[in-house]
Amino acid sequence: MEEKVKEFLKEKFGEAIIAESEFRDQLSLETNKDNLFDVCNSLKSNNELDFAFLMDVCAIDWLGQDEEANGRFEVFYNLYSLKNKFRLLIRVRLSGDDAEIDSLTSIWQSADWLEREVYDLFGIEFTGHPNLIKIVTPDELKGHPLRKDFSLTYETPQFSHNKNEPPEVI
Amino acid sequence: MTAETRKKTMNLNMGPQHPATHGVLRMELELDGETVVKATPHIGYLHTGIEKTYESKLYYKCIPMTDRMDYLAPMSNNLGFCLAVEKLLDIEVPEKVVYARVCLTELTRVISHLVWVGTHALDIGAMSMLLYAFRERELILDLYEACAGQRMMSTYFRIGGLAYDLPKDFDKRVRDILKKIPEGIKDYERLLNDNKIFRKRTIGVGKISAEEAINCGLTGPNLRGSGVNYDVRKANPYCGYEKFNFDVPLGKNCDVYDRYLIRMEEMKQSLNIAKQALDGMPEGPFRAHVPGVVLPPKEDVLSKMESLIFHFKIITEGFKPPKGIVYNAIESPKGELGFFISSDGTNKPHRVRVRPPSFVNLSALPKMVEGGMFADVIACIGSIDIVLGEVDR
Repeated sequence: MEEKVKEFLKEKFGEAIIAESEFRDQLSLETNKDNLFDVCNSLKSNNELDFAFLMDVCAIDWLGQDEEANGRFEVFYNLYSLKNKFRLLIRVRLSGDDAEIDSLTSIWQSADWLEREVYDLFGIEFTGHPNLIKIVTPDELKGHPLRKDFSLTYETPQFSHNKNEPPEVI
Repeated sequence: MTAETRKKTMNLNMGPQHPATHGVLRMELELDGETVVKATPHIGYLHTGIEKTYESKLYYKCIPMTDRMDYLAPMSNNLGFCLAVEKLLDIEVPEKVVYARVCLTELTRVISHLVWVGTHALDIGAMSMLLYAFRERELILDLYEACAGQRMMSTYFRIGGLAYDLPKDFDKRVRDILKKIPEGIKDYERLLNDNKIFRKRTIGVGKISAEEAINCGLTGPNLRGSGVNYDVRKANPYCGYEKFNFDVPLGKNCDVYDRYLIRMEEMKQSLNIAKQALDGMPEGPFRAHVPGVVLPPKEDVLSKMESLIFHFKIITEGFKPPKGIVYNAIESPKGELGFFISSDGTNKPHRVRVRPPSFVNLSALPKMVEGGMFADVIACIGSIDIVLGEVDR
């Protein structure tokens, strides 16, 4: 199955598949953000491969790590093929300055909330998303909590005597 | 007011403090009379940043937080996290641990479905079901207490094994449960299956077709209710599930009633698996022997120098898995629960992402309720089986 996926993508997109890696029997393929939509669309519409499920969308912030050199953010798309019982991770690198990527909502409905969550927690913009608004954090919260430069703080319960004390950084 | 300025539809906020929303879900409903035109779920009232907190904890300290996501199925969450870290470390656990884990997670599925059937029936008018379901649930919670010392937030599974050995009367207790719960299930089925009110409130309600369900990413009993055969235990077996015989019940009508039937059948199948696991349970250690990662046996810690050092180092410093990214999916009672762990080679995870089944399942709710009646919204929310602790994390 792995060979089939690789062959199919090599044939159709050639250079667009930048890298492939396998760790603990899990294949992941890296592509660039311009080709992401087409790659995913063809993986879903191909009858033999039939990646009908978009199980998950998540991101990693590589700030401060060696990997940051290739781009600060990495977005992972977790595709699953029901027919072949096969899981594939598609990864895309984004730079920290313009973290922007095509939305997959027109391919999979499940991308809607998953992309909104990544947008909320990482601040990655999904162009073409019909309703890109915050989903889990409160509206008044500024910043994106899962970014590495968003520090984890301890919020002191607010009483009249400690009203103006700043939160403690863990 | 002139005819032009009068609005045709009414907006209604349901929740977040509404008992039928199973926690703190807020639904913004646009109603035309009693018909739902548009439904928008709003979540996040229980967001506690669990994924962020994982990043500052040693690996084994993450386990207690997994209980608190889906608090109705704590052991499934423990299993998901432990298996993901074990995959990252590439370690194998003893046979006894595999069987004990399967036995306990299947019983976890039963308690999760018991709470579900109780609250769902309560939502649509069958008050007494809740009390009956909680009566049977109590038996399994007692078993939890005997195993882990805690009734709900058990934190019983550890990376590479179990926290403690199984209690001496484990076999007897589980056999007692296996005898009593099927009788309870028979009672519920007699109360609900042919109940005229229950059937009227559920048959043909909240339909979602198989294609739509797949497109929305539904998993678990909700997906199987639409007739799609996807169960992680069968499709990509983990934790030795390939050794057990069980059926995956599938629905036909894609409605709330079918999801109910599937969960009832799943409970029976789970008890069946638990019985097989109990019968096949071998003797042996309850933890893997992996120095530096898994705690050594207590007797060794008290008598051997190396074990004492390892024990001390694991507790204070933790362990350092190799660099890499793993994704491990298990079939939790709600659907596919995935743990995505990225390790940077230090003793704390660089990033932990939880693929919460309830979150994705909830996103399909508007598809089920739009065009239906207002009262059916409650039946639909109930049928999805959400736990807001897991949706918001």
